[in-house]
Amino acid sequence: MKVVYLDNNATTRMADEVREAMLPYLTDLYGNPSSMHTFGGQVHRSIETSREQVASLINAEPDEIIFTSCGTESDNTALMSALLSRPDKRHIITTRVEHPAVLNFCKAMGRRGYRVTYLSVNKLGRLDLDELDEALDDDTAIVSVMHANNESGVIFPIRNIAERARSRGVPFHTDAVQTAGKIPVDVSDLNCDMMSLSGHKMHAAKGVAALYIRRGTRFAPYIIGGHQEKGRRGGTENVASIAGFGTASELARNHVASGDDAVRQLRDRLQQGLLDTCPGALVNGDPLNRIPNTLNISFEYVEGEAILLRLNEYNICASSGSACTSGSLEPSHVLRSMGVPFTAIHGSVRFSLSRYTGEDEIEFVLEKMPPVIRDLRELSPYVKEI
Amino acid sequence: MWEYTEKVRDLFLHPKNVGEIENPDAVGEVGSIVCGDALKLTLRVDRETDRIVDAKFRTFGCASAIASSTALTELIKGKTLDEALTITNKDIAKYLGGLPREKMHCSVMGREALEAAVASYRGEKRPGAEEGEIICQCFGITDQKLRRVIRENNLHTLDDVTNFTKAGGGCGSCVPDLERILNEVWAGQPVEKALKPKRRLTNIQKIALIQDVMEKEIRPLLQADGGDAELVDVDGNRVILSLRGTCTGCLMADVTMKNIERKLKELVSEDLLVEEP
Repeated sequence: MKVVYLDNNATTRMADEVREAMLPYLTDLYGNPSSMHTFGGQVHRSIETSREQVASLINAEPDEIIFTSCGTESDNTALMSALLSRPDKRHIITTRVEHPAVLNFCKAMGRRGYRVTYLSVNKLGRLDLDELDEALDDDTAIVSVMHANNESGVIFPIRNIAERARSRGVPFHTDAVQTAGKIPVDVSDLNCDMMSLSGHKMHAAKGVAALYIRRGTRFAPYIIGGHQEKGRRGGTENVASIAGFGTASELARNHVASGDDAVRQLRDRLQQGLLDTCPGALVNGDPLNRIPNTLNISFEYVEGEAILLRLNEYNICASSGSACTSGSLEPSHVLRSMGVPFTAIHGSVRFSLSRYTGEDEIEFVLEKMPPVIRDLRELSPYVKEI
Repeated sequence: MWEYTEKVRDLFLHPKNVGEIENPDAVGEVGSIVCGDALKLTLRVDRETDRIVDAKFRTFGCASAIASSTALTELIKGKTLDEALTITNKDIAKYLGGLPREKMHCSVMGREALEAAVASYRGEKRPGAEEGEIICQCFGITDQKLRRVIRENNLHTLDDVTNFTKAGGGCGSCVPDLERILNEVWAGQPVEKALKPKRRLTNIQKIALIQDVMEKEIRPLLQADGGDAELVDVDGNRVILSLRGTCTGCLMADVTMKNIERKLKELVSEDLLVEEP
């Protein structure tokens, strides 16, 4: 059975062009880019080409990009660098809905004596910026707010947030893992000091990511070792994946620049179709400020894991913020922060599309979903309440 | 992705005994939509024989909760109420060919629904429902339920207490209380009396049993106080142990060694002597 892959916020399929770009470095061109000989040197050249391509995706200069191993490393590096660069400052500002790569890092720093302010969101998943102004003080070392939320898809007003932080002399970091390649991302427009990107969220390989560091930003490395990445990130480069990441960035840039709106149209078709055919469905997250590929929708009185496993029988891949899927016993921290009603919080499903998603896949889901929900409601003791 | 057995998958996709019996003789409702799973069990009971002639369920929850509900209703149908009450959550899990450790609380919910239903039939108050002190505020778990599930399933770690009861899985503020209850349950209690074999052990069996008792009975208690003990050697009936952690140099070390010896005598063999290297 064909896989209907609607879990692109988790990871994406590798683009064919990316695989082609990687292959030489997995076969003949195995040299170490740090070597003095030509054999290694030509490999180094490919890393610099990739750096230009990644920089170009977010309108940065190549020397403002360092390659890392994953989005989590980029986030951890950015935050740790800010704290190490200003050891006298002991306050971090972030949000309640960050990815664990930022959230759990901040919690860990909280246990080491840092003061952490977690900004709250409203029912639509929007931030209250007055809360940010109140939280900023002379002790603040860093503000970190994600560009768009991975679960709800809600986009935060990064330029506005960055301005508020920078006007107080506080550096600003954004995790743009979920936006790069989906919507225009421009570091000078967003005015941020640091930005995290991840390869496998934009059709490159797993195990490669990048951190943008604006020129002039104080920086302390997180992974300490050799002179790679100009001493800003030690360790022999993941050459093949970096080469693929460069190609993926170029593909992403072309896609965003083309103004192609097909992903949004398919997402909207899915959303409207589900709302029309499944009673007791409600969309989570700000419908006006949302990345175009994401739909987070709750089905009242049914449980998310059960929905996913029924969909799994049709090879439909999605994800859920329900407690049962996470291995924890509480539903998603994002949906809880948004105050999603208790009848709906356990029944959330996230569909996330990519530019490779076909109309037939959306139609297939629209065909299968209503009986799945109806079936599970039949099982539910709360069925009469709909 | 959870590693469910084929049986769980099958009973999740094709559940049996779904629905509600009209004018039921017994109703058991446990869980709530806020907690993420809930089960409503309705029974038809033959008044003459006290036999369960029909059982139906409705469940809000994940795949293992739905499969556990089918297992429960299949297991109790045809049994008298007293027979049915001998079914434990372990039997439900066994019927399903096992459940992931983190999902064992689904089997516990099945057993509780049964208790509630029988109590409603007999006009009794549901055991443990209103009694006891609520320890886990997030999921409303009482100390009585905790003690029962810990004993019935022979739980020794905090993670398992959470896996089986959910307690401690929310805000985590009750974790110190859970540790206390876990210690209390196992402290004065000679656990698993049956562990001690009647026939003579071979050396290999003896060593294996000593190791088992060390891991399950002795080390968890010592570790709770920051101490530990390591099994160095077994020479005939001499068990050579080395104390670790806060036990090292502790003034009470002799008493600890005597207690360990008593436990090993009780659970493995009367002839054992515990010594330091």
